[in-house]
Amino acid sequence: MSTGLRYKSKLATPGEPGACPRARARLCPRRPPASHRVFPSLPRTPARTRTPTRPRPRRGQAGESGLGKSTLVHSLFLTDLYKDRKLLSAEERISQTVEILKHTVDIEEKGVKLKLTIVDTPGFGDAVNNSECWKPITDYVDQQFEQYFRDESGLNRKNIQDNRVHCCLYFISPFGHGLRPVDVGFMKALHEKVNIVPLIAKADCLVPSEIRKLKERIREEIDKFGIHVYQFPECDSDEDEDFKQQDRELKESAPFAVIGSNTVVEAKGQRVRGRLYPWGIVEVENQAHCDFVKLRNMLIRTHMHDLKDVTCDVHYENYRAHCIQQMTSKLTQDSRMESPIPILPLPTPDAETEKLIRMKDEELRRMQEMLQKMKQQMQDQ
Amino acid sequence: MDPLRQSPSPCSSRPSSPKTPPCEIHGYVGIEDVLDQVKIKAMKMGFEFNIMVVGQSGLGKSTMVSTLFKSKVWKCTLPGLGMPIPQTLQLKSVTHVIEEKGVKLKLTVTDTPGFGDQINNDKCWDPILGYINEQYERYLQEEILITRQRHIPDTRVHCCVYFVPPTGHCLRPLDIELLQRLCRTVNVVPVIARADSLTLEEREAFRRRIQHNLRTHCIEVYPQKCFDEDINDRILNSKIRDRIPFAVVGSDQEYLVNGRCVLGRKTKWGIIEGPRVGKPTTRKQTDLEIKSLLAAGRTQASYLTLWASVSSQ
Repeated sequence: MSTGLRYKSKLATPGEPGACPRARARLCPRRPPASHRVFPSLPRTPARTRTPTRPRPRRGQAGESGLGKSTLVHSLFLTDLYKDRKLLSAEERISQTVEILKHTVDIEEKGVKLKLTIVDTPGFGDAVNNSECWKPITDYVDQQFEQYFRDESGLNRKNIQDNRVHCCLYFISPFGHGLRPVDVGFMKALHEKVNIVPLIAKADCLVPSEIRKLKERIREEIDKFGIHVYQFPECDSDEDEDFKQQDRELKESAPFAVIGSNTVVEAKGQRVRGRLYPWGIVEVENQAHCDFVKLRNMLIRTHMHDLKDVTCDVHYENYRAHCIQQMTSKLTQDSRMESPIPILPLPTPDAETEKLIRMKDEELRRMQEMLQKMKQQMQDQ
Repeated sequence: MDPLRQSPSPCSSRPSSPKTPPCEIHGYVGIEDVLDQVKIKAMKMGFEFNIMVVGQSGLGKSTMVSTLFKSKVWKCTLPGLGMPIPQTLQLKSVTHVIEEKGVKLKLTVTDTPGFGDQINNDKCWDPILGYINEQYERYLQEEILITRQRHIPDTRVHCCVYFVPPTGHCLRPLDIELLQRLCRTVNVVPVIARADSLTLEEREAFRRRIQHNLRTHCIEVYPQKCFDEDINDRILNSKIRDRIPFAVVGSDQEYLVNGRCVLGRKTKWGIIEGPRVGKPTTRKQTDLEIKSLLAAGRTQASYLTLWASVSSQ
């Protein structure tokens, strides 16, 4: 890339001194000086961050079926990931369990590549008995963390593929009077593992006063149930007023009331993405109609990096700490010698890696013996 | 004697059996004046209509009932709005007497807050079926008394309106379970709630899918085919059956549109019009209004035959 601005995803490395799980890197978009060339649609992070690998955010989405999740994804990324999707019939839905479907696309805009993975959860909340219907989703998130943990502690650490879920878009039904028990159950199960961004789906069925009331209600209930949704980072105090105003508006509009559309309609002589009703046309990108533009800006243009950072620094670190704690308590139970290399229940490695591991183990043992001898000598003297 | 009572034999509710040969009359007798007598009696006694609304919270059940009968059926705060979702399904009934041009209608609306709102909705239909059967039992007990009342108060549920959430896909497992059980006991009218979230194409596609689901699972909704009395009934009912489930929007706010005062919902891109305020709805109605409930009221007779077949079990 031949521009002044390059991007780095700051991956937490194990044992980094002073890595406090709760501290977050404050990345706020700053307006770059006029001499830099700017990608208008990429996050404008400060010039000090650079990345050698291309950004690859991973998003999950959850919510009952029929809330417009697929349509919203289509509108956000302007790609049709679900062209060949076949809607399940009612009979098939009865016996269905929650599935995890992954779609990966490579998007390129003005030379910047983005590997986007969308994880969909069809079947969530559809059954008559939805107890623990979020279990497949929590298992999936944990699985990605575990895979990353292993890769990090493994031998080849240069090209780790980051499959962790950076953001979870949770679709709340606009027809309820706030959060439903399923919504609360899901968010409580996942709020410590992933950044949850709650959205009000199908917002075109609500009038403005209803949207306001529903947003207030949802915010109250989120506080009441102690759910930790993704919080937008604070602005720096040296930002200009415009930017601070934008940031305030963003925070006040949460949860975003969104509308998605697969179709382009004609409105006031222009072709816009929208929905055609007998009583008017809803424009998806009209800020007066819904918060779609705010969501898109937040997700892609301003907060993509922060989402990834919070996933790395907070959620993954928590998972890792929990994992290591479990392993060490298991070790002390088995009363085995502690080794500097964390002993992971690795899958059967191939012969070459086994040999290498054995060699390294031998080397370490030899070094430890040498250290012991030196200590003894010093004590004797 | 209940003027609407018909012969209890199922599928044949003609006043005269086809076996009796018709008799010719020579001259005007005045038999048609019986209609006036029936009308006077009916006006004095009034009609009863018991409707139950079933659906998840927030689908606009209470608003729809108020819109339909153009009066504030729920006088106190609307159930569900601002109140926490009840842990178990509760049934709430409210009774009003509505009068229009001297004809009195005793309307009882039973709401079911808490239906389908829990995480585990297994057997959430039991309280509803229990309530319906209880009303039948009550009526039967009154009927089999040796000295029974002249007019037995009718609390049986005449119509159950089931609100399907407008997902746009198809019926959910919960919908199918409930409808299968309900259609055997009561007249069910499924409606697509909050239909202002679907475009016309989506609405039609959704409607067809629901009709297909109903056929596949053998769910007979009102008007049932076996109760069609004659060819005219069949024609009218098949038109209604083609439009079921109705896509409805309810509102309690009034707006001025083109000089007319209508009930509607005002959004930033337009006003969704409902029925006109203060005017009788005699003109042809669009998908946004329920026509069949009025038809359901007229054909209480068909309902009685359904009840008779249940009580004989």
